[in-house]
Amino acid sequence: MPNTYFQNYLVILLMLGVVVLLAGGMIVLSYLLGQHRPSRVKLSPYECGMVPTGDARQRFSVKFYLVAMVFILFDVEIVFLYPWAVIFHELRMFGFLEMLLFLLLVGAGFAYLWKMGVLDWTGSDTGGPAGGTGGSPAGGRAGGPE
Amino acid sequence: MYQLLFFVFAGAAVGFAINLLLQRHPIHSALSLIGVMASLASLYLMLGAEFIAAAQIIVYAGAIMVLFVFVIMLLNAGEEERTQRSRFAKYLGLPLILLLVTSMAAVIYRQVPQDAMVRFGDFPGRTADIGRRLFLNYLLPFEVVSIVILVAIIGTVVLARKDSETEGPGKAVVSEK
Amino acid sequence: MSPLMVLFALAKIVVILLVLLTVVAYAVWFERKLLAHMQCRWGPTRVGPHGLLQPLADAIKLLTKEDLTPSEVFPLVYLLAPFLSLVTALLAFAVIPFGPETRVGGMDLFQIADLDIGVLFILSVSSMGVYGIALAGWSSNSKYSLLGGLRSSAQMISYELAIGLSIIGVLLLTGSLSLRAIVENQAGAYWGFLPRWNIIPQFAGFVCFLVAAIAETNRLPFDLPEAETELVAGYHTEYSSMKFGMFFMAEYANMVTASCLATLLFFGGWHGPVFGPAILQALLPLLWFSLKVLFFLFLYVWIRATLPRFRYDQLMAFGWKFLVPLALGNLVVTSLVLAIRWS
Repeated sequence: MPNTYFQNYLVILLMLGVVVLLAGGMIVLSYLLGQHRPSRVKLSPYECGMVPTGDARQRFSVKFYLVAMVFILFDVEIVFLYPWAVIFHELRMFGFLEMLLFLLLVGAGFAYLWKMGVLDWTGSDTGGPAGGTGGSPAGGRAGGPE
Repeated sequence: MYQLLFFVFAGAAVGFAINLLLQRHPIHSALSLIGVMASLASLYLMLGAEFIAAAQIIVYAGAIMVLFVFVIMLLNAGEEERTQRSRFAKYLGLPLILLLVTSMAAVIYRQVPQDAMVRFGDFPGRTADIGRRLFLNYLLPFEVVSIVILVAIIGTVVLARKDSETEGPGKAVVSEK
Repeated sequence: MSPLMVLFALAKIVVILLVLLTVVAYAVWFERKLLAHMQCRWGPTRVGPHGLLQPLADAIKLLTKEDLTPSEVFPLVYLLAPFLSLVTALLAFAVIPFGPETRVGGMDLFQIADLDIGVLFILSVSSMGVYGIALAGWSSNSKYSLLGGLRSSAQMISYELAIGLSIIGVLLLTGSLSLRAIVENQAGAYWGFLPRWNIIPQFAGFVCFLVAAIAETNRLPFDLPEAETELVAGYHTEYSSMKFGMFFMAEYANMVTASCLATLLFFGGWHGPVFGPAILQALLPLLWFSLKVLFFLFLYVWIRATLPRFRYDQLMAFGWKFLVPLALGNLVVTSLVLAIRWS
């Protein structure tokens, strides 16, 4: 293994150190410079000036959970595509055919997800009782630029 | 220099793993697990397997742990309650662990030739090497992966369906609005 | 590595970080000014000529504001979130090359480290950035923060797929994951006049990448996590002083990185007409690179001033049902064409 390999990663490690110091320094500096006059009301969670009601950490729709699961599966698929793309000029037609087979199978899964409505956020077929979250009532108003 | 770095990362991996077990709140455990993944990725990097290291971060730390964190966030899992440990675990836990570790060490020691040493950066782990292995030598396992992914996708849908069928009106799944 | 080289590398890192942080600070000014002019306003004018000292004033203000930790937060996680956001945002810049290879004493001047897996490095570092936002939303113990954090992380992971898929077309053309190799592959011109930029053979991939990059950085029209008309400020509602500032910096640093990446992958990086005396020839590539990055930053603001915000279900449907199939189709067509041409 050439020496530049380690040299590159040592530089990255060095950069990580500098960045960590920078970010940590910002937190410490703002802690030192800022004033501290806490009061009970000031420390309570913001709820548009009203007295906060209930626990903020509620349970949420299964929809988010599903997205994360589907994401893992496709992420695994994409990770296989990188080495394939890098040596594609060696594989050529053979490489195309083997990846086509792979993509067809995964694509069948994608089509199935689509058909079963896992990718829909408005329907109520797979989500919690009120359907997906963020459905039509949630984000209805399209906000203009600030 | 490299030995020192190795011990730093290996120590970090073990430290995070122990922290994972000791923490009471699941989110802290999840964060420790991310730390373990990152330390392992650094160890892969030191061996010269940069693609594996990147894949480790992208898939394990970036995707699977996101799911873990989501589950903790979504279920609002609270602090773990310490139960009175069973007498069996109390007295036999440590000896059994030691037995397991020694037997594993014995097996590995027999497999590996006596004078063999791991050389840092000596692993043919560059992206192109991995690609050649994967798409020329191990073609069948690669194609089987697609079937595994397909099965997992179907499993995901089935899980979600089951959830909505057993959904009673009183179940505590509150949607966003 | 000799101590001298470590010192040299350290100096390079510090200089590049300083430039990056200045660009980040002035990106805020640039955006406010441009947005104001697009809306027939003046934008910042009070602090310095044309409000040019505004970023400095903002930094001082943020540093000296009251630094409070609300009750009922998880202190460690609450502190870790802005830290993680900023660290990942700045670290991603380590593999960005902004000029042709210029070696001085065995070290490249215009890039911190030319990794063989440069593209994957950026993707893996930015995949860690999700935690900053998700943890900020969750640890704050505020309903707005939690909603913003959840939405944002689901959005980011969805569009991460589209980004990952859209890049593969470029990788097929280049056969390398190193950003420098990708740029060098775009030198020259088709038929003598059309630059060999990847945007020409990879237009679908470029569109997909650009849209996904805007969504990944949580900018309008995909800024659902911060949608101020419904979520107050989203995941950073409960953050104040410099911790809030760190989220802000991370967002703009991500914007800069995404613009750099778009330039490197699709717009030929630093390639452009080079002429004149030697010193000019050395500096012109840097100028072309900066101009292209500036163009993408302008595009960010332009899009923000023009388009209204998406609804959340539209956003997810767009990512999963349009961008992912588009990128997959682009990938299949590109590889088929290349396979036919090469065999």
